[in-house]
Amino acid sequence: MYKIAVVGDKESIFGFSAIGMDIYPAYEEDEIKSLIPKLIEENYAIIYITENVSIKAEKYLEKLQKNKIPAIITIPSNTGSLNYGENRIKEMVQKAVGIEINFKESNS
Amino acid sequence: MAVLNVNLTRIESINMKKSLKTAQKGHKLLKDKLDELIKKLLDLVRQNQELRKKTDEGLQKAYQNFMLAKAVIGEEYIEEALIIPKKSVSIDIGETSVMSVKIPKYHFSEKLQEDTSNKALYGFAYTTSELDKAIESFSEVSKFLLELAQNEKAIELISAEIEKTRRRVNAIENVTIPNYIDTIKYIGLKLSEDERASTSRLMKIKEMLVK
Repeated sequence: MYKIAVVGDKESIFGFSAIGMDIYPAYEEDEIKSLIPKLIEENYAIIYITENVSIKAEKYLEKLQKNKIPAIITIPSNTGSLNYGENRIKEMVQKAVGIEINFKESNS
Repeated sequence: MAVLNVNLTRIESINMKKSLKTAQKGHKLLKDKLDELIKKLLDLVRQNQELRKKTDEGLQKAYQNFMLAKAVIGEEYIEEALIIPKKSVSIDIGETSVMSVKIPKYHFSEKLQEDTSNKALYGFAYTTSELDKAIESFSEVSKFLLELAQNEKAIELISAEIEKTRRRVNAIENVTIPNYIDTIKYIGLKLSEDERASTSRLMKIKEMLVK
């Protein structure tokens, strides 16, 4: 059985505790670096991280990307979306396919 | 020209030709795999963008509602109401395979704590309908969040696999196959050179014998 964790600034993530996800407030890179391995050990399969925090620990999170568990997903914080998650995917695709793909045009 | 370090014999040349054929077959297969993976990846990315949009919007709404609740009720009371979660979510991880890339599939299950006498997730004493609404919008978005997690993990894994496959295809195409071709050619040249040498030697000997 695996669990779901939400990491980020307390203001944003507090609401998630109401729907049964576990919340872990964290603000700085060092906090993330010590928190994430702990979460992995405790069987968290999905870790949502708010954008403002995940940008700070970008390099560290990138290393965990290739593992099957956990899935680390960035979500916007309560101050609005920075499109960080979307850009990350775009970059990944660009690296894999070799060209930048703009889907917005094909959708409209 | 890169010639592999092998014995210059006919049997080696035959073996090489076999290896070359295998390499070409493998190259074609890998290339097909790469094409298919890229197709899958693009599908996933397309889905991802829709999901992103939905979650972003949903979360924005949820945050707003939550803020509103906080403003109406007061932060301390909300914390008090939610401090002991009555609901817990857990997930099972299954597995699907896309072109032999193992992709996790999440099955979501939620469980209420033992005391389920009332269905409300928190005390009613100090809370108002704003909190209900906020939490409702959070649970609405949780479905998308889960799908998003699955989708992004799949993208991460597939794009890693694409990179690996691409490197393999390139290595076979630009190193292995040319090496084989060069070596086979070199062995052929060397063998015919030897043959010519022995013919001319025989001719020379014959000439000497006739004299």
